[in-house]
Amino acid sequence: MIFGYVLAFAARYSEGGEGGGGLLSVNPGLAFWTVLIFVLLLIILKKVAWKPILEALDEREAKIKESLELADKAKKEAAELIAENKQTLQKAEEEAKKILVEAQKIAQDNITKSHDEAKLQAQRIVKEAQAEIDSKKHEALSEIKNQIAELSVAVAEKVLRKSLSGQVQKEVIDEYINDIQKN
Amino acid sequence: MTDTLHTVADTLGHSAEKAHGSDDSWIMHHIMDGNSLDFQPFGTVHLPTLHLFGYDLPVTKHVVFLFVVAILLIVVLRAVAKSYKKSLVPSGVTNATEIFIIFVRDEIAKSTIGKRYEKFLPYLLTAFFFILFSNFIGLIPFTATVTSNITVTAVLAITSFVMVQFGGMQKNGVFGYFKGLIPHGIPVILLPIIEVIEFIGLFTKPFALAIRLFANMTAGHVVIYALISLIFVMKTYGIAFLSVPMALFVYLLEILVALLQAYIFTMLTSLFIGMAVHQDH
Repeated sequence: MIFGYVLAFAARYSEGGEGGGGLLSVNPGLAFWTVLIFVLLLIILKKVAWKPILEALDEREAKIKESLELADKAKKEAAELIAENKQTLQKAEEEAKKILVEAQKIAQDNITKSHDEAKLQAQRIVKEAQAEIDSKKHEALSEIKNQIAELSVAVAEKVLRKSLSGQVQKEVIDEYINDIQKN
Repeated sequence: MTDTLHTVADTLGHSAEKAHGSDDSWIMHHIMDGNSLDFQPFGTVHLPTLHLFGYDLPVTKHVVFLFVVAILLIVVLRAVAKSYKKSLVPSGVTNATEIFIIFVRDEIAKSTIGKRYEKFLPYLLTAFFFILFSNFIGLIPFTATVTSNITVTAVLAITSFVMVQFGGMQKNGVFGYFKGLIPHGIPVILLPIIEVIEFIGLFTKPFALAIRLFANMTAGHVVIYALISLIFVMKTYGIAFLSVPMALFVYLLEILVALLQAYIFTMLTSLFIGMAVHQDH
């Protein structure tokens, strides 16, 4: 409908109106100007606008691509680094554990060793002490025996001097001493 | 066909005269080229005629706006190109312009021409932005739409035709290009007819480009003027409540059409270049 209306106008004014020429007639003067302006515009814009703009767009696209790739690479590297760090940490932890266990073992060993030593030493000391006590006891006993013998001899001498002759006295005393020694 | 058109035009004209008492040539005055710039109600600027090389070269309304469009394009796009030197991150006008440049590059040129599309990119971008700016400037009051002039659109179509033939001949050679116009596997008897059809087809494509752009840009403006003229035809202010919103709606539609026509012209030119370059498809 709209197009028909326009065509009706076009038909009405195609015979020529004001300004020379109708709606559908080509004006050579205007055609000249249009060609001139359009071709000049094409040349100027190609040099002034399109070349730098398209170059800038290409440059930007290349830059974006490069940056994205770089970021990807950096991300990968960081992941690798983190993994490496984790591994190192784990290793260190394991080592620390091992060292701790070893140290504990050494300490335990030391304790057992010193304990045993102490025991042995104590036993030795006790034995030595006992031996000494025994020897002292023997000494003391033998001394006491001697003194008793001497005392008894002295007593018997005094008693027998008064009551017995020499021969009988001696036999009696020997018998007596032998009895004591057996005990 | 022409009789019917004349009848419709006459009927419209007569009914307008009956209702208004005057003709509707003021609509045509606004749409068509002229020797003056109208800034009603502030005044009129009369334009000179140049005499060069023995020819009369009138500086008309549309010539002025051709220059306006060209200068605006150079200024804006130069600023955009310079802004990239400061920073590769776009902002403001650069951002808005870049969307169209990347769209023409990726969606139009790369997808229809394919390999070695870069050679045609300056032409496609220039045509796209020239039509886009012309269409949008035409929407501003007191201006003229150069793309609603058949001469301008014809010249644009001729440049498109030249680019298509240039692209085809450069890739396939002059003889190879004309030979490649005929599809493979055509019976020998049909060859004379096909040759003629294909040869005519070369010229109908740019012809359709010129008419499409011209008709689309003219139609919208005529409808807006016609809707506004309803107020004078009906001789009542009341109709303004209907015709102004409708004119506004058509105006908004024109914004869409302005974008769409720039896209269609560039897209079809690119498609024809692609077809001429890769004939085997």
